Amino acid sequence: MASLKVNFAGVEFQNPITTASGTFGSGMEYSEFVDLNKLGAVTTKGVADHPWPGNPTPRVAEVKGGMLNAIGLQNPGIDTFIERDLPFLQKFDTKVIVNVCGHSEDEYLNVVRRLAKDDVKDMVNLLEINISCPNVKEGGISFGTNPKGVEEITKAIKKEAVQPVVMKLSPNVTSITEIAKAAEAGGADGVSLINTITGMKIDIERQSFVLANKTGGMSGPGVHPVAVRMVYEVANAVSIPIIGMGGVETAEDAIEMMLAGATMVSVGTANFYNPYATTEVVDGLEAYLNRKNINDVKNIIGAVR
Amino acid sequence: MSKKVFEVASVVAQEQLQPGIFDLRLKTEAAQYAVPGQFLNLYPKNETKRLPRPISICGIDKENNELRLVYRVTKEGSGTQEFSSYQPGEEIKILGPLGNGFPLDEFAGKKVIVMGGGIGIPPMLGIASALKGNCVAVMGYRDKNAFLTEDFQQVGAQLILTSDDGSIGVRGNVIDGAKEHQLKADVIFACGPTPMLRGIKTYAKEENMECYISLEERMACGIGACLGCVCQSKDVDNHSKVHNKRVCKDGPVFLAEEVDL
Repeated sequence: MASLKVNFAGVEFQNPITTASGTFGSGMEYSEFVDLNKLGAVTTKGVADHPWPGNPTPRVAEVKGGMLNAIGLQNPGIDTFIERDLPFLQKFDTKVIVNVCGHSEDEYLNVVRRLAKDDVKDMVNLLEINISCPNVKEGGISFGTNPKGVEEITKAIKKEAVQPVVMKLSPNVTSITEIAKAAEAGGADGVSLINTITGMKIDIERQSFVLANKTGGMSGPGVHPVAVRMVYEVANAVSIPIIGMGGVETAEDAIEMMLAGATMVSVGTANFYNPYATTEVVDGLEAYLNRKNINDVKNIIGAVR
Repeated sequence: MSKKVFEVASVVAQEQLQPGIFDLRLKTEAAQYAVPGQFLNLYPKNETKRLPRPISICGIDKENNELRLVYRVTKEGSGTQEFSSYQPGEEIKILGPLGNGFPLDEFAGKKVIVMGGGIGIPPMLGIASALKGNCVAVMGYRDKNAFLTEDFQQVGAQLILTSDDGSIGVRGNVIDGAKEHQLKADVIFACGPTPMLRGIKTYAKEENMECYISLEERMACGIGACLGCVCQSKDVDNHSKVHNKRVCKDGPVFLAEEVDL
């Protein structure tokens, strides 16, 4: 039996598979289908220091190869998250990656500081900092598109965080490797990529935008090759570990991500059309390793150079 | 919280009721858990159409493990068009039942008006049936291409038809129909396009009737995780902590007063 254990930034995970932020809530809804104990980690929906209402509807649109979303990081705020979601996740034998969002550096830091306090710090294994959401006007992507800004916010967060810090990167940049290097220079313990690719859909009958926000982030199988390429490039540019994501719907897709250089892999949009996608990826990954006589999943990380 | 199943269901029968309106019967375990007003996610086989299509439940047959869905084909090449081509025996992935139904028990023995407009009509047949016909059903169609009218009569509901062009029933919308017949009741249960629901909400308030409406919104997951399908709530919602409720999970049926349309 192959070992599925991976070590990411000093944290040991029972397997490399987690959920992409925003596609899985805090696991509560999917726990009706999926045994959360089987996941390496649950990555939560982005949480801010106060409740965010998100964008007007329509917020989602189907496109060939996936979907667009412009949810706008609706979230109930850190207090509710700590009261309701974190205790829920503690019931499972899985790690917790908390995705953090903010409109300003202070807002990010408020969440990071709150999660550093004694009552909750051990309930959170990693922080994933969303500096790449394309759907909010302030914060989000505006922090994630210039190297200087990325380095600064990473530094600021690292100063306050007690958990390892993973910066979530946007593909909507000229050079994602420059951004990844900036995160590394700022002291990030890892990076995750890719967030969604900004897209647009137009209703030709109504001659108007399908999404109320006009633009939305594209996700789903159509973005997978882009994500694999970016993971590969970043893996060659930095020495910190990577959580790879983007259109992963099967074990084969996750294996590709790992061969390209990802230590962990997130399953996102696939959850929407297959509630069991996450655990099917875990099972398929194990089957692949056994079939290839590979005794440790770590052996495939970055194996294609 | 009712149990949900994600499974491969099979088509028992399908017929076209009117141009673009199809009547599909599925053999599925979901029938055992379904209540009127809930919906089912159907997944097209076409891999460019990955998101589920949420379709309201029109009829529940627990004995035969069947659900009846009456739906509209949205356009050429759509997921619903794919469904409409299915013959008996065809397999289809489903998830459900999803969402919450109408509060029928709360109004047991009370006077009920059910209102449906367009493709909002099918779920209301499920309600009329659950009420064993003890209701007035006001159903609004675009024109004379009506559907399910015999079914409403079969379950014993007093049926009032309206049509936009006046070709059948009362000319106008369901509110015109209710006014013309001077309907009074304790509660209105309704499903249909948002402008119609807005009108019904106002009408119910004027006439001092309670009112529950079933909403529609573009969805992705269907189970309350993605926050794609929210509606505006009058008060801060206990789950979201903002003025948003999830149509798929907190609805699709809401007390009209608690949502802003």
